[in-house]
Amino acid sequence: MHELSISSAVVETALAHAGGRRISTVNVRVGRLRQVVPESLAFYFGIVSRDTDCEDASLELELIDALMGCDCCGQEWDPAPPAEPAIHSGLESMSLLPQFRCPACEGVGARVLRGEELEVESIEVEDGDPEPDRSPSGRAATPG
Amino acid sequence: MHRTKIKIAEDALDANTTIATANRADFDRAGVAVVNLMSAPGAGKTSLLERALAGADVRVGVLEGDVQGSMDADRISALHVPVVQLNTDGGFGGECHLDANMVRSALPDFDLDDLDLLVVENVGNLVCPAEFRIGEDAKAMICSVTEGEDKPIKYPLMFRTCDIVAVNKIDLLPHLDFDLDLLLDNIAAVNPDAEVMRVSARTGEGIADFRNWLLGVGGRDEVPA
Repeated sequence: MHELSISSAVVETALAHAGGRRISTVNVRVGRLRQVVPESLAFYFGIVSRDTDCEDASLELELIDALMGCDCCGQEWDPAPPAEPAIHSGLESMSLLPQFRCPACEGVGARVLRGEELEVESIEVEDGDPEPDRSPSGRAATPG
Repeated sequence: MHRTKIKIAEDALDANTTIATANRADFDRAGVAVVNLMSAPGAGKTSLLERALAGADVRVGVLEGDVQGSMDADRISALHVPVVQLNTDGGFGGECHLDANMVRSALPDFDLDDLDLLVVENVGNLVCPAEFRIGEDAKAMICSVTEGEDKPIKYPLMFRTCDIVAVNKIDLLPHLDFDLDLLLDNIAAVNPDAEVMRVSARTGEGIADFRNWLLGVGGRDEVPA
């Protein structure tokens, strides 16, 4: 459900950098620890971008695998539980824990090195907008 | 049609963070410590606050966040502490969480200089509130034993963002098939740094620990003018 809030934030960030130009693509980097469901984010993106310069833009997501590092022993590991787990029921499924404790020394110095990103990496905007009133003054690019 | 790529490399929640930083500056200026209190609906945020704040020797204010209604604020105001109800359906589109801007809109209703501690009771929800900083010093969450041992695994973002987890309703344990050790293991697995306390807002067990933690957050030195 947080995909609605996140998609609003993504659209606002993109619009803030577009200078009134039409946005064709929004590139977003999302770490897997943010637990974003890509389909859900795309769905809400389509809704919250309506009637803005982001409408009909394509949302490109780069999912970034998580990486943990241990300050105690230097071990690095992916905290994700094993993919495609066998079907478990009830409490058995608890064994599929995400691993936030160092698997080597079980120390307390575990840090997230990667996987918490939620970054609007870049946008692609359309110059030569047929509606001149949308364009900012002094734009450098020549309409193509 | 010519397309231009614009490099941004900006956190999508930067706009929220900017406002959270402004809130933070106001809190620092007034010397107020701020706790963001979060949980699932019905875990006992308001009940625990009622217990913990009753008779506490601190100048405390409470900001109540709810989608609708002022039941929580009414309960807290019985403690004769300043309380402001923020309804997210009034101008905020029925949001399921408080963000920095909503909190900021409520700050003029408090006299921050007269407070040492501000507790922000977030909207009951284990998902979105974890995403939005509001300018707080600490985040606390309440997890009640009727919610199931698996919640830290299902909502790791929430459990990982918190400084403490208060496990509430432990007076019910004799009546439940609930494995407290499993819950504690799961909390430790996703957030080894979280301080965990066992409390019952009903019987008062563990409330002193929670109160002491709250007041400890308020142990900030006055910022010189």
